[in-house]
Amino acid sequence: MKKKIIINLAVFLIIIVILALVQNLLMPKYMSSIFEGNLVEEYYNNEKDNDVIFIGDCEVYSNISPITLWENYGITSFIRGSAEQLIWQSYYLLEETLTYEKPEVVVFNVLSMKSSEPHKEAFNRLTLDRMKLSKSKIGAINASMLEDEEFITYLFPILRYHSRWNELTGEDFKYLLSKEKKSHNGFLMRSDVKPVSYVPEGKKLPDYRFSENCYNYLDRITKLCKDNNIKLILMKAPSVYPYWYEEWDQQMVEYAKENDLTYINFLDYVDEIGIDHNTDTYDGGLHLNLAGAEKLTKYFGEILSKNFNLEDRRADENLKKIWNKKIDFYNDMKQHQQEELEEYGYLKSYGAVKPEEGK
Amino acid sequence: MVYILATTISTYLISRIISNIQIKQADYFKNNKGTIDKEDLKKYKANMKSQQKRWMATCLLINFGILAVLKYTDFSISNINFVIHLFNPEREFSYLNLAIPLGISFYTFQSMGYLIDIYREKYSYEKNIFKFGLFISYFPQLIQGPISRFDDLKKTMFEEHSYNQRSISLGFQRVLWGFFKKLVIADRLLVAVKTIVGSPDEYTGVYVLLGMLFYGIELYTDFSGGIDITIGISEMLGINLKENFNRPFFSKSIAEYWRRWHITLGTWFKDYMFYPISISKPVLKLAKKSRERFGNSFGKRVPVYISTIVIWFTTGIWHGAAWNFAVWGLLNAVIILASHECTPLYTRFHTKFHVEHTFSFRLFQVARTFWLMAFLRTFDLYRGVGTTFKMYGSVFGDFNVSELFNGGLLNLGLSVADYIIIVLSVTVLVTVSLLQRSGGVRERLMKKPVAVRYCTNFVLFLSILIFGAYGVGYNASQFIYSQF
Repeated sequence: MKKKIIINLAVFLIIIVILALVQNLLMPKYMSSIFEGNLVEEYYNNEKDNDVIFIGDCEVYSNISPITLWENYGITSFIRGSAEQLIWQSYYLLEETLTYEKPEVVVFNVLSMKSSEPHKEAFNRLTLDRMKLSKSKIGAINASMLEDEEFITYLFPILRYHSRWNELTGEDFKYLLSKEKKSHNGFLMRSDVKPVSYVPEGKKLPDYRFSENCYNYLDRITKLCKDNNIKLILMKAPSVYPYWYEEWDQQMVEYAKENDLTYINFLDYVDEIGIDHNTDTYDGGLHLNLAGAEKLTKYFGEILSKNFNLEDRRADENLKKIWNKKIDFYNDMKQHQQEELEEYGYLKSYGAVKPEEGK
Repeated sequence: MVYILATTISTYLISRIISNIQIKQADYFKNNKGTIDKEDLKKYKANMKSQQKRWMATCLLINFGILAVLKYTDFSISNINFVIHLFNPEREFSYLNLAIPLGISFYTFQSMGYLIDIYREKYSYEKNIFKFGLFISYFPQLIQGPISRFDDLKKTMFEEHSYNQRSISLGFQRVLWGFFKKLVIADRLLVAVKTIVGSPDEYTGVYVLLGMLFYGIELYTDFSGGIDITIGISEMLGINLKENFNRPFFSKSIAEYWRRWHITLGTWFKDYMFYPISISKPVLKLAKKSRERFGNSFGKRVPVYISTIVIWFTTGIWHGAAWNFAVWGLLNAVIILASHECTPLYTRFHTKFHVEHTFSFRLFQVARTFWLMAFLRTFDLYRGVGTTFKMYGSVFGDFNVSELFNGGLLNLGLSVADYIIIVLSVTVLVTVSLLQRSGGVRERLMKKPVAVRYCTNFVLFLSILIFGAYGVGYNASQFIYSQF
């Protein structure tokens, strides 16, 4: 009887392992393009001792560099950003993050206040697929699903990706068990330049008021931070578009005032930061490039260390060791990207570094 | 819900009344044995029979009435409108668009079969209305059959069930096999079938033949896959349902095909329509008159012809309230009757050439039956009599096989990989069917070591999971037969 139970248990485990492997094989790896697909997952392999956690969409993972923050101010940070991250996804990612660590400061980029509904399954997938199973993930799935999506396909992504069996490439097998690191504590590096040539004016909107749903999640983020004794900063990155309306800005100013929060619209400080729209963006002003991100980070770091009393931890030997490795990886990628730009005139592999360095 | 409740309650009550009349009659005979004269006995018996008949007719009328109103009202309106338009194109009746309850054709036939059996005193009525309700509404078979008989289901459904590992394993394997047929083969072929049928002007000639081939396989794997799931789930619950398929594509004639396809519907029509019509008074009277007027040979054919045509017309419109289904049914009748008439010719041919038992001739018969049925099924495929005949015309007038291999096959929504999966899975299906000829495959598998069983089940499960045509990119349809 005992033997039978052991055999059944072993068979069950083997089945689970095979299914997990097959599922992993069929899921997209995002190793040669759409690196945004790796951002949420990379947090889990990172040490959970961050002074600052950034949450939000591309305006955080493209515009803020945690390595610069460490190098200049000794502040440890991680960006829990993802493409088109919706405010409820930010909330649930923060909720999940707080189960691992309690940062001093949380920074939320407010651009997602404009989106009251999920728009595309592809973006949901980039944020939710690789999130670890937890109460927060379930909440995020329920809040994010479009009408024709099914909950179970988020719990068992094989049900969504099974038809990729005829699209599998060497990449899928190569990265079946472990993947290369693509971000620098959630920052996606881009060294190329595409100057701002034209700034489209914002179209007139019928209603500028942010939706109740967004306010509800912003309230929840605020409460979550207050309950955990975390300082919350609302930021708007200095991207020239999507257009950030004065009416939107005003609502954020009022919200911050009502809730005793700091709100910084970096669009108002472009000159002070030193951002040059001819050299500091890689896509005509939508996102900052590496040079722009470093400038913004230095400026923001000053505020964080002075106004929020974040301690300079560069003297901590343990941290120093960890962060030196990160700096090496950062500099290597920076160099590779420069080399690519010189050789091809554009980023061919986005500076993908050798696997051993990226792990 | 209301309709199935109405059927359950009306059938339960009326079968109870009929049974009580039968009991009363039996008591009367018992109590008056030897004291009553033959004439009075006959009179009493006729009176009792007439009462039973009236009750049965009422119940049949109620239930087939519900079915007819829900399923055929709009069809009738469209025919009336067609006639009205001939005289006045401006006028027409508006359609009712009544919602048709899930599985109404199946549970109505099942409950009416039960009623007729009670009337025929085949078995006694079920006293417990909940048990009877379960027989009518047993969910797995409600969607697309099989159409069960009460005496078959009663024992297996209401007896005490103990945990049976073997039944659970066998049932689970059957469920997996059903999903494999449905998701890997049927729903994948559905993509190409929809493309072909969706543009009848573009996909003519060889594509029509391809559509017939694909639809034949799709329909079989969809319907029999669904039945496998139903039977498998039931087996896991300890309930044994009747088989509905017996490898129909191996049939050597259309009559044989219909004995092996949707078996429970075929036997229902045979038992509750074909025989009663054949021996009904008006038909026998007509047969007698025909014999007197046109000779014995013609007269004896009359009951068979009438019954065959009536049941095939009914089978046609049972499948769908449209003329294409009616024509499809009638053509089946024509071919079956023609084939029946040609039997002496076949016998002479077989006696002369002795090919009957050769493999190649049997293969020819199987292929002939498959394609004949595929041609008939085109009425169902294109859902229009005119379009179907037009497509038939294009097969003979616009036939170019090379079109398929010059990229045509890849324009149907299926990739090379999809075709590989189809060929491989159909090969598995045919192999399993061939193995079934010498006994159940699952039973044989049960005798193999546990590791082999686990591996087989797991490979089947994984195939469904990976190669199944479901989720985004596929508009996985519901089971085809659930709409009938």
